[in-house]
Amino acid sequence: MKLSKILKNGFLIVVACLALSACATSKKSTGQMQGDVYTGTDTVEYLASGVPDRVFFATNESVLTTASRETLRKQAAWLRKNSKITIVLEGHADERGTREYNLALGERRANAAKDYLMTYGISSDRISVLSYGKERPVDSGSNPLAWSKNRRSVTVKAN
Amino acid sequence: MKNFLITLIIILIPIKSFGLIEVDITRGNLNPLPVAVSPLSIDEKSRKNFESILKKKNIGSEISLIVENNLKVSGLFSPLNKDAFLQEPDIANLKPRFEDWNLIKAQALITGKVSYVEEKLRVEFRLWDVLAGKEMMALAFTTVPNNWRRVGHIITDKVYERLTGERGYFDTRIIYVAEEGPKTQRVKKLAIMDQDGANNKFLTLGNELVLTPRFNPTSQMVTYLSYFRNLPRVYLLDIETGTQEVVGDFPGMTFAPRFSPDGKKIIMSFAKDGNSEIYTMDLENRIVEKITNHPSIDTSPSYSPDGKFISFNSDRSGYQQIYVMKSDGSNVKRISFGKGIYGTPVWSPRGDLIAFTKLHKGKFYIGVMRTDGSGERLLTENFYQEAPSWSPNGRVLIFYRETKTDSKGKGFSAKLWSIDLTGYNERQVPTPTDGSDPSWSSLLSN
Repeated sequence: MKLSKILKNGFLIVVACLALSACATSKKSTGQMQGDVYTGTDTVEYLASGVPDRVFFATNESVLTTASRETLRKQAAWLRKNSKITIVLEGHADERGTREYNLALGERRANAAKDYLMTYGISSDRISVLSYGKERPVDSGSNPLAWSKNRRSVTVKAN
Repeated sequence: MKNFLITLIIILIPIKSFGLIEVDITRGNLNPLPVAVSPLSIDEKSRKNFESILKKKNIGSEISLIVENNLKVSGLFSPLNKDAFLQEPDIANLKPRFEDWNLIKAQALITGKVSYVEEKLRVEFRLWDVLAGKEMMALAFTTVPNNWRRVGHIITDKVYERLTGERGYFDTRIIYVAEEGPKTQRVKKLAIMDQDGANNKFLTLGNELVLTPRFNPTSQMVTYLSYFRNLPRVYLLDIETGTQEVVGDFPGMTFAPRFSPDGKKIIMSFAKDGNSEIYTMDLENRIVEKITNHPSIDTSPSYSPDGKFISFNSDRSGYQQIYVMKSDGSNVKRISFGKGIYGTPVWSPRGDLIAFTKLHKGKFYIGVMRTDGSGERLLTENFYQEAPSWSPNGRVLIFYRETKTDSKGKGFSAKLWSIDLTGYNERQVPTPTDGSDPSWSSLLSN
């Protein structure tokens, strides 16, 4: 199980590299994807200057990408500086899955983000998790780019 | 619901005889049986009484229209145009002139009579085999006038049972989620309606997100997921009294609830720390049991009708697949091995099949397989559809289907659809708003 996750992650990075080199030749100004992970900024909001509020996932996955980990480290630094703030991690899935499975998947994604924040010193007391499954897409389109924006965990200030 | 007080009085017990018409429902029926539904006759005094109570000009005709529509929608029968009927309803009910009905190619004929008796609605009806020239069935019942639509459904159930040899599914209701608003901010309400889309009623106001309602075996209780106070939890709702309560005291999201076949337990998933497991809660003593134990997503549980097994979907193999285990959680076996991912297994009321949703190469399918995973049959393919629920006789599945939106996110809709187990007779089920997550009730009468 763990090994397969690691292997998949490794594969993801390879795909990401390929996508990057592809991007170098054919420029896409908005809504880029690496593999099928969204890397654009269209829907991203900021918790503070330079602290993006969300991370994105590959289809059916809850593994954090390199970019996601970077975002979460920024969130952790911000949370350490603002020790009174509590947060809700809202996990989401795209519309291409059954409703109940997606509820579980959203919960798993939000927890992946929570675990990472905790390894950077944020107490679990300050974090709650809420899965919306596929109920609250941010992009209502039915296409791979829209779906990539919707596979996300969003950090929301709770107080 | 018990106080509906439908009393059934059998006037004549049908005599079993050879050569009477039968409808085979095991195969797709491409030649539906031509049937004449004569308007139920009514005397002028009764007609006026019902007109003032129910605001319907001729309740006899209205009831026969319900029967006609049910028969047509079943796909097994083809009701004939009333303009071609030669015999008056009252005379036909006494003694049909079979030559006349034969002439318009009717093979079965339904006649009847409605009357107003002591503030009640009394209905009698007869089913006739036109070719054999014989009465197949005669029944009468009395109920409160407001139940007139149910009278039409019960007549259809009786006719269906007599002609197919199987239980009917017309005197039933559907609970579902009514949807409105933009896709990114859908407002969802619990709604209940008759199987044919009539008598739609909203059960919640739409203030909080609600999902996946399911009936208990007596169809008086519903279990569903509500985001009340932003805490997604499984709830229990009594339809008659409107009282609701949270099921269990779990420190996290509970979801995907269903009743056990005896109605005594709720089976559901509980998600914690990124892991969803299946639990049951006994509704009498509140004892909670953990059924699965695996670091993967285990959800969408559904009991076999004898309560001995549970099917569910899990991604323990890497992707969502269907598994079956004993009801205590032992003997977990994967049963789906076809190409694609599989979810939402639901055990048929007959116990021999499991209906499911399948995703393969970007298309969604509703299908059925035997409970060991063999004999997979895909009934319908579409852009998005899921969550089948069985009619109580196990012959029809209801599910929901969503449309693809364009690049601007326009054109989204969610509708309820039904399809026969044969893969034929796919139909949209009418709802006043968009709808999803349908659950079919048991037969309300008898």
